[in-house]
Amino acid sequence: MGVPAKKSFSYPIEAIRAGFPALHQDINGSPLTYLDNGASTQKPQVMIDAISQFYSHDYANVHRGIHSLSQRATDQFEAARETVRSFINAKVIEEVVFTTGTTDSINLIAASFGSAFIAKDDRILISEMEHHSNIVPWQILAERKGAHIDVIPVLENGELDLDVFHSRLSERTKIVAVTQVSNALGTINPIDEITLAAHKVGAKVVLDGAQSIAHMPVDMQALDCDFYVFSGHKIFGPTGIGVLYGKQALLEAMPPYRSGGDMIKTVSFSGTEYNVLPYKFEAGTPHIAGAIGLAAVMDYLSEIGMENIEAYEHDLLAYGTHEMNKIEGLRLIGTANNKAGILSFIIEGAHASDLGTLLDHQGVAIRVGHHCAMPVMEKFGLEATSRASLAMYNNRDDIDRLIAALQRSIAML
Amino acid sequence: MSIEVAQQELVEEFSIFDDWMGRYEYVIDLGKALPEFPEQWQTEANRIKGCQSQVWLNMEMQDGKLHIDGTSDAAIVKGLVAIVLGVYSDHSPHDILSAKPDFIKDIGFTDHLSPTRSNGLHAMLRAIYQKAGEFASS
Repeated sequence: MGVPAKKSFSYPIEAIRAGFPALHQDINGSPLTYLDNGASTQKPQVMIDAISQFYSHDYANVHRGIHSLSQRATDQFEAARETVRSFINAKVIEEVVFTTGTTDSINLIAASFGSAFIAKDDRILISEMEHHSNIVPWQILAERKGAHIDVIPVLENGELDLDVFHSRLSERTKIVAVTQVSNALGTINPIDEITLAAHKVGAKVVLDGAQSIAHMPVDMQALDCDFYVFSGHKIFGPTGIGVLYGKQALLEAMPPYRSGGDMIKTVSFSGTEYNVLPYKFEAGTPHIAGAIGLAAVMDYLSEIGMENIEAYEHDLLAYGTHEMNKIEGLRLIGTANNKAGILSFIIEGAHASDLGTLLDHQGVAIRVGHHCAMPVMEKFGLEATSRASLAMYNNRDDIDRLIAALQRSIAML
Repeated sequence: MSIEVAQQELVEEFSIFDDWMGRYEYVIDLGKALPEFPEQWQTEANRIKGCQSQVWLNMEMQDGKLHIDGTSDAAIVKGLVAIVLGVYSDHSPHDILSAKPDFIKDIGFTDHLSPTRSNGLHAMLRAIYQKAGEFASS
């Protein structure tokens, strides 16, 4: 295999890089090479400006003020919801609930949907490659309800064993919770096939979009999943804001998760009437600036085009894979046919923590460890991998610096 | 050599380097030179908790002095083990307890190997001071 050729489409990589101020700094005397996007992403100036503008000029609480500033803040907050709706192509804004992030969104589903619709001996099907946040809330729910967890195993190349998936689906399966992209392996799972099969037995599908939302177009109506969750900070947005997408009929049928202000219509001691969607699930003052920042990022991404970002990252992943395979003793963990920009690897004779430290001292930021996905690490018989994870602003220079830093580190170890 | 002198010598050795990659190279070489750590010492009781990598210290009294052996599965941490042993091993519990771990700061390790990076340096020191305390009071 030769060096993958650069794609012919024009991708404004220089302009994109220029828009992310944090990328332009030295770390330990070397230019920053930021390859820890799976953990979190850097922030574009347009997002920083939107939040700054909001706090400087437009800030007040939402949904309750008679005064102009409150109206302005409410308008911007609700416009942000519409931006999110459009970005993920949900049918209506009622289907877009702001949460604090992926973990919060999954907990909401497990607690609310789970309390109403999961009964003793029901089965919840998750995959072996899930992040802990898509495992533990289901374990707690199963324990509470006397339900059971089934697991879709992962094959040697990092793909899901779909034969086993189909065989473990049954009429008792009420929830299928899988990640769209594995944070530890990079595998893009065949969501269409999973959703279709799950729906045939009447199960609801929960998709973890934490590792996909910033890297490919996502379309709720095309995916036809029942729930989709993601974090703002993984799509170049603020921390502390996230989204729960749910089909309207399901969200309507679900009881509130947290209670307090904003989620009620009327309160009296003889009974309280809950607010309409999506506010029923948004108790308390929301992360207004977070939602506005997230919307600013989504507008920015839409201008570039998620399909362009996907194609660009695909090309960069091919280049990175090719270059990494040249390193003697390096083994990539996760070699699925359909992969997102995650290069998880081990190097013979080199401990991941040593690599992480030595790379940091050459300005290269990666993640080492179990990536909050201990079951899949156990599957591969590993305690840790090193992980370089790509985003829209990385380029071939980043890959080259990673490779050079790895080679220098290996020589030292 | 007293603990204080060993610490001063370490600080001087490390001051020769003008960059951290050089320092790490030196740390790693120190780890490679550690005497072998027998597998039967790699017990749960000897394992130092709070590290991203595995660290074991085997400590026993020999002629009134605390003799320490140690190792790690990670090269940099193994080098840190070697540094810590070079300072503290074969000293009396009393001398260990009265020594301050200032060299960590003086070498610059606090900036580069802070506790949040879970390299286990502080956990190692804590274990040594604790063991010295046990022997001193028994």
